[in-house]
Amino acid sequence: MRALDRKVVRDLWHLRGQVIAIALVIASGVAVLIMALSTLEALRETSAAYYERYRFAEVFASVKRAPQTLAGRIETIPGVQTVQTRVVRFATLDMPGFAEPVMAKLVSLPPGGQPVLNQLVLRSGRFPDPGRHDEAVLTEPFAEAHSLIAGDEFIAVLNGNRRRLTVVGTALAPEFIYSIGPGALMPDDSRFGVLWMGREALAAAFDLRESFNDVALELNRGVAPEPVIRQLDDLLERYGGTGAIARKDQLSNWFVMNEIQQQASMSRLLPTIFLVVAAFLTNMVLSRLIATERSQIGLMKAFGYSTFEVGWHYVKLVFGITLLGIVIGIALGLWFGRINTNLYATQFDFPLLIYRPSTQALAIAVGASLVAAMSGAMGSVRRAARLPPAQAMQPPSPPVFKHSKLARSAIGQWLDQPTRIILRHVRRWPVRAALSCFGLASAVAVQVLSLQWRDSLDYLSQSYFFDAQRQHAMIGLAEAQAIRALHEFEHMPGVLAAEPSRIVSADFSVGNITHRGGLTGVVSGAELQPIFDDQRHATIEPPAEGLVLGTRLAEKLRVGVGDRVWVKVLEGRRPEVQVPVADLIETYIGMPAYVHFDALNRLLREPPRFGYVNLLIDRQREAELFAEWKELPMVSAVMLRQAAIDSFNSVVVKNLMVFVTMFTVLACALGFGVAYNATRIALSERGRELATLRVLGFRRGEISYILLGETGLLIVLALPLGCLLGYGLASMMASAFDTELFRIPLTITPGTYGLSMLIILAASLLSAAIVRRRIDHLDLIEVLKTRE
Amino acid sequence: MAHAIGKKSNIHMNESLQARGLTKVYGSGDVAVHALRGVDLDLYQGELVVLLGASGSGKSTLLNILGGLDVPTAGSVRFQDHDLSVDDDSVLTRYRRDHVGFVFQFYNLIPSLTAKENVALVTEIAPRPMTPAEALALVGLAERVDHFPSQLSGGEQQRVAIARAIAKQPDILLCDEPTGALDSQTGILVLEAIDRVNRELGTTTAVITHNTVIGGMADRVLHIADGLIASSERNSDRVSPRDMAW
Repeated sequence: MRALDRKVVRDLWHLRGQVIAIALVIASGVAVLIMALSTLEALRETSAAYYERYRFAEVFASVKRAPQTLAGRIETIPGVQTVQTRVVRFATLDMPGFAEPVMAKLVSLPPGGQPVLNQLVLRSGRFPDPGRHDEAVLTEPFAEAHSLIAGDEFIAVLNGNRRRLTVVGTALAPEFIYSIGPGALMPDDSRFGVLWMGREALAAAFDLRESFNDVALELNRGVAPEPVIRQLDDLLERYGGTGAIARKDQLSNWFVMNEIQQQASMSRLLPTIFLVVAAFLTNMVLSRLIATERSQIGLMKAFGYSTFEVGWHYVKLVFGITLLGIVIGIALGLWFGRINTNLYATQFDFPLLIYRPSTQALAIAVGASLVAAMSGAMGSVRRAARLPPAQAMQPPSPPVFKHSKLARSAIGQWLDQPTRIILRHVRRWPVRAALSCFGLASAVAVQVLSLQWRDSLDYLSQSYFFDAQRQHAMIGLAEAQAIRALHEFEHMPGVLAAEPSRIVSADFSVGNITHRGGLTGVVSGAELQPIFDDQRHATIEPPAEGLVLGTRLAEKLRVGVGDRVWVKVLEGRRPEVQVPVADLIETYIGMPAYVHFDALNRLLREPPRFGYVNLLIDRQREAELFAEWKELPMVSAVMLRQAAIDSFNSVVVKNLMVFVTMFTVLACALGFGVAYNATRIALSERGRELATLRVLGFRRGEISYILLGETGLLIVLALPLGCLLGYGLASMMASAFDTELFRIPLTITPGTYGLSMLIILAASLLSAAIVRRRIDHLDLIEVLKTRE
Repeated sequence: MAHAIGKKSNIHMNESLQARGLTKVYGSGDVAVHALRGVDLDLYQGELVVLLGASGSGKSTLLNILGGLDVPTAGSVRFQDHDLSVDDDSVLTRYRRDHVGFVFQFYNLIPSLTAKENVALVTEIAPRPMTPAEALALVGLAERVDHFPSQLSGGEQQRVAIARAIAKQPDILLCDEPTGALDSQTGILVLEAIDRVNRELGTTTAVITHNTVIGGMADRVLHIADGLIASSERNSDRVSPRDMAW
């Protein structure tokens, strides 16, 4: 090993505390980057492979009832390669040992078993025998949740008829990677599942022989779905088509893609913060090292080392630090990535979620951290390399301090000298102080960002499950019923109140902007599921005439109160009318549009009918009620609020714990790294001063104040700044997560700010305490002799 | 030890500091270095003692022990009721804080504080200090109180250091090569300041130097060599620093 290289190794060892602190910050950036990139790859590659291999369709449409012969005409739409027609219906199940009614989506299979599109990955057993009407394949997680295996039986209520079905197999399918029941926010495998049955069996049960009510298309390569959707809608219109959607709007796929998008935003935002701070720390430490090594640099140059060689020597040092960070970061990132991917594996039903980080992800992480550290180091390396030997051998001229207005002010007169030392140092190196402060603030910000998720989700849950929904259960009917059927519900055991509502699918258009969504009819004085405005935090009465739109929909359509929107209902007589916007409301879930219940029925040119009923029930009599619902033919879906809350909480709490723990570790590494380096450098620069003060009779505690005071001051400034920065980060994240399906409310409680500041304060104090111990070992005699 | 009675009115027979059998050994076994080999020494109140010796003679070690920066391997040091031979950081710190003023070869001023503030640094923690302005006036720097060290010459910086050392009105002023980093003209200005403090305030003063000329300003000159006090002589008259040259 060459002598200079040996010096690099020894310098790294000598600076090990600082090297580790910087390496940890670099490692944090690398870890987040690798975690996000590798999860991103796992999701992206797995879903792409899955979609391709099992022929996930590109266009989906539902229809009330269309003759099978229509399939031939759909095939002639230009761009369509494959058409798959199906019977798809909701049903309630009576699962053994499970009191609540369970919801299922029934999907028909062709006689051959495996469909051409949206194929099944058979996980166990076999496809149903086309001749048998009582055989079903279940989604694997649903079967697992109910401990069902091939041969087990359960009851399904198909169009009002109780049928005993036998499980013949379990499967997964690309269209149900993320399978959530109607009205749910999170998957709940014990209350919602998909059942595949023979086409004949379902057609017979739902009176759809020689017909279909669902169609999926595969398009020729390179064909855009929009024109196909327009033509398909035209074909399906007279059969009660409710509007086709492209793959990107298919619910399961939407969630998968949204998750990929979120990982991508995370991979951009967070590592940037860590690497910028790492660059600054590298700069700070290297500048200091070079200042103490001026004479050595002079010596090297006097011996004939070239400017390049001297520069290269320090570049190698930075390289060493970065390498350590990269190694730790890769290990941590792969670990975090695996945890993260496993979390997705529990939420998303992939047959196999392959976690295989690519060399590309690693290369990006390595490259980014090297660029960051080197750009931080470049300035000081250049300064070191360019020092003329003669000048380098001289000690640096003492730093020049100036009087400040503060010192002369009334308050300034009152300051003691140690405080003056602290303040003058901050003033003398304002950029360094500001950057340290920014680094510490970033740590607080990252902590706020991670902890505020809990606040946002609490708020979201409160708003969605409690403020906007006050019913205990919501029942979806197979067919809209005349209003008198409401009495049937009112008189069921334990029902305290029943409130009807109706939801139809509709196209909302203004100019050439169209949004396909739901139009909800709300009764006057609705109390169980009212229109709730999160902005005003109050319920809104449905106006006699006109629409109440969610702000997100209003933004999409670019309308305000008073503007008119074309509403084309995609059901029944498919009326099309222009309706004024009467009010706007803020909401975090979906893009709702409301009208008065009566107005909706008038619009549909129907007598008052309802498709949903919201119920307030006596918990004591739940079992009776559930048993009755399981028998009721008109019930196609049962949504229990408590069950939805429970599944939301269990998924959210588990994910949140992992997420918060990861980010707390990273934020602490950041806070520790900055505070440690700031204090350590202060000690190295002021060791002589501090030792002098000890000689003059200052106690350890008193000089600790001078040493730690500056870092302390920066921390005090950084805490509130970090909260502000955290708010900014959180709002950036919230806007990155702003989608048509849901938004993340930007809510940060004082407790979150408080806890974040405490955590970073603790991390900083720990680093200060480590440096503080060195004060006990100051050599008081040495300072009497040598100059630095 | 010579115990001649001093002529100056401010020298009393009271011992300010008493050291007996001071031994200091660094390292052990074959590499052990005996820096002090049994030194007996008394500093009397109000006297000015110059400790002369070549480098490596042990004079700095002696000063460190007298100043409470280091403890002897064997022997005792007492100042009033303080036992300075026990390695107790809080005892030594209190001793330095309340009783000792230090002047360093390289001044060791705090660069971020002005002259006045450097002095105030000490007066703030001392029990019965003079004001920083008084201390600076005493060393002839009344005009430069608001200057930072970087705005002062070496001699001025050293005089600020003396002001800082005497502002607490210490019982003992210890100066370690106070002129070591200065040219002779400037050095004389600094020695004058030390001389004046000793005369006017009656502060017991010990000056370490290798410069024999400086011995002339002392009441007593101790020659240190090879870890022992080789000789001690008392000057009948103290030479004014202004009359010295080297």
